Amino acid sequence: MCDQTFLANVFGSCDKCFKQRALRPVFKKSQQLSYCSTCAEIVSATLKKIKGQLDTARARAAGLHQVAERVEALGQFVMKTRRTLKGHGNKVLCMDWCKDKRRIVSSSQDGKVIVWDSFTTNKEHAVTMPCTWVMACAYAPSGCAIACGGLDNKCSVYPLTFDKNENMAAKKKSVAMHTNYLSACSFTNSDMQILTASGDGTCALWDVESGQLLQSFHGHGADVLCLDLAPSETGNTFVSGGCDKKAMVWDMRSGQCVQAFETHESDINSVRYYPSGDAFASGSDDATCRLYDLRADREVAIYSKESIIFGASSVDFSLSGRLLFAGYNDYTINVWDVLKGSRVSILFGHENRVSTLRVSPDGTAFCSGSWDHTLRVREMVFSFRVCERRKEG
Amino acid sequence: AEQPLTAPSAQMERVVVSMQDPDQGVKMRSQRLLVTVIPHAVTGSDVVQWLTQKFCISEEEAVHLGAVLLQHGYIYPLRDPRSLVLRPDETPYRFQTPYFWTSTLWPAAELDYAIYLAKKNIRKQGTLADYEKECYDRLHTKISHAWDLVLMQAREQLRAAKQRRKGDRLVIACQEQTYWLVNRPPPGVPSVLEQGPGRGSCAASRVHMTKSADFYKQEIEYCRRALGRTRVKSSVCLEAYLSFCGQRGPHDPLVSGCLPSNPWISDDDAYWVMNAPTVAAPTKLRVERWGFSFRELLEDPVGRAHFMDFLGKEFSGENLSFWEACEELRYGAQARVPTLVDAVYQQFLAPGAARWVNIDSRTMERTLEGLRQPHRYVLDDAQLHIYMLMKKDSYPRFLKSDMYKGLLAEAGIPLETKKRVFPFSRRPRHSSPSPALLPTAVELTAAGGPGGGDGVA
Repeated sequence: MCDQTFLANVFGSCDKCFKQRALRPVFKKSQQLSYCSTCAEIVSATLKKIKGQLDTARARAAGLHQVAERVEALGQFVMKTRRTLKGHGNKVLCMDWCKDKRRIVSSSQDGKVIVWDSFTTNKEHAVTMPCTWVMACAYAPSGCAIACGGLDNKCSVYPLTFDKNENMAAKKKSVAMHTNYLSACSFTNSDMQILTASGDGTCALWDVESGQLLQSFHGHGADVLCLDLAPSETGNTFVSGGCDKKAMVWDMRSGQCVQAFETHESDINSVRYYPSGDAFASGSDDATCRLYDLRADREVAIYSKESIIFGASSVDFSLSGRLLFAGYNDYTINVWDVLKGSRVSILFGHENRVSTLRVSPDGTAFCSGSWDHTLRVREMVFSFRVCERRKEG
Repeated sequence: AEQPLTAPSAQMERVVVSMQDPDQGVKMRSQRLLVTVIPHAVTGSDVVQWLTQKFCISEEEAVHLGAVLLQHGYIYPLRDPRSLVLRPDETPYRFQTPYFWTSTLWPAAELDYAIYLAKKNIRKQGTLADYEKECYDRLHTKISHAWDLVLMQAREQLRAAKQRRKGDRLVIACQEQTYWLVNRPPPGVPSVLEQGPGRGSCAASRVHMTKSADFYKQEIEYCRRALGRTRVKSSVCLEAYLSFCGQRGPHDPLVSGCLPSNPWISDDDAYWVMNAPTVAAPTKLRVERWGFSFRELLEDPVGRAHFMDFLGKEFSGENLSFWEACEELRYGAQARVPTLVDAVYQQFLAPGAARWVNIDSRTMERTLEGLRQPHRYVLDDAQLHIYMLMKKDSYPRFLKSDMYKGLLAEAGIPLETKKRVFPFSRRPRHSSPSPALLPTAVELTAAGGPGGGDGVA
């Protein structure tokens, strides 16, 4: 009998029913109370019931994929690499398409920024930045200039010139100045303004001509890694994603954050708007891509698979928003059916991380850049075309 | 420096642990290597099969996943551990001991690498690969002061190893070799541990967030706005995706193809020529898109031009001109803001202006008030008012108009390019003039900018 442990009981007045009973500690709103066993049982039973109701409600609330069950599956397809752009001597970190649907600007770890006509695979311009790890580059809407930056903490604009006597680096214009690395940049609707995202946790809008800071966006709790401008009618917002696992939507005019989403479990590497502008997709180091609806103000779909272990570095939609292309750090590209949530294809074309991926402006192809020093342009052909099916059915 | 790949490492470790489960894991067998028998070995094909079944993936993907586990050093080949390649056949592999996992033993110490190379060198002269010889020499120079220690450790480890059974000796050698293949890869093999420039995590936040009164005021304001925001029912939002994808499907080249052909497939840029930004005869799909949304119409230079014509017939062309001028202001250079604002005022807003726009009195009052201190957003309210006017009134009438119906009827569907009879004769890929060469390529706003690539010499 001596080695038996006895439960030490506290007797007193129960905080709920006030009867004199043996008391147990119960936590309510981080305040410790003492309940008798009967009242404690009631509280835990109520909690279980509420949790159960919440679970059933969540299961009942149709997700995008349930609603899309009645949509026809995409079916068989053939995908081929049509162009391989070789010329970078080091990891390709970023790329952007020109509005002419065939030219591309790409930047790499060794500071080189190259402009290609990817249709002919000719290199048209090349400039070497004074810094390494050029993590961001963008093509101006007019096709007359490019912007790039990285570990130099700046975003510089280079006008593109074909004058053999002119050195491209001579006309370089330093536009943005951050206090940490530049992770992303994008021109707005004109060549005159640039939006940047930086490792210093802020985004900023700049006037290209004067280098003046027009607006800054504070709110991320850690490095901002990506941004995308909204294709909206009023053209006023953009979304950014960062190492604080948050995706934030900003009003360009006021600098205020209008919406924030925090469901990812790790750094958000890439954000891209759905073509309608009512939603955006994000790719993260937690190996998932997610779709966030702006009008419903919540996440509406997750694109993940148990066999996908490495983070998604870059995402983009096809023109209709039906396909989501995502490049991953395990060297693969996964193509997702946005509506049904299923994976349409997995591509093994690269020999190192896929760091950047963009669909061409007219949606005829998509280009991926990788740490294996190459860029590849690919297309897809579905054997049973969706529009044909609709005519028959 | 932070340990690399924490999230994938944890996942990979989970997979590898479940692969070694006695009941559900990969089939283990004893592998005979010359005269020794090594227990707990698995074949490449068994690994692939297990991954295929466990994750319900194709064999190709399973081979890739297995290769990833190998490249990160969680599995090693028993024979020829010079390269970490997964062969989906009878090739024997073993699971790396957790001691050598990246998450356990990181970062790899230079001293340990020196000892490892010294052991290899001592054991048999000339077994070091070229790159290993280089590293050895470099380390010798770098830690020459501690080289005696290195050699002593190497000899001691070799002596201790001799006292083990041959099987254990072989296994430990393989494990160690794999560890160094991962942490010091040979030239030409990408290092799986390489990371991009360091990122600040949430924990080690570089962002200075002073929790001042201002910060909390902002937070409260944000939460208040968030609470007051109207949210649309999920069911409505979800249906919107279906209808959007359904409507745009036939216009998506990657989903439905494009006529006459996809330039990337056929090497023929006819598709781009036919769909150039300014073209006399837009295709049927393009004219259809003008009916999808007002934004779609305005973003297309041809569509916008036709709409301007239509407005002209209704004597409301100044609305679109005003909107365009406002866009120019919003996206223009900062230095031009005062000039542009004044120009817009003179042309569209001043009493008796040549192209006076009809804005409601309240908005006009607010705009005129704001004009005292012009900034690039000062015309936003007026611009939005006119935009909505066009969208709700003129646009629907445009779509119902004979003009639009005529354009739709006239627009043609290109014929599909006949497939080449001789697949070997490749069509020459025409280059196109770079947009940077065009003389008009200066300061154009919105989507009305020039696009090159029309393939016309």
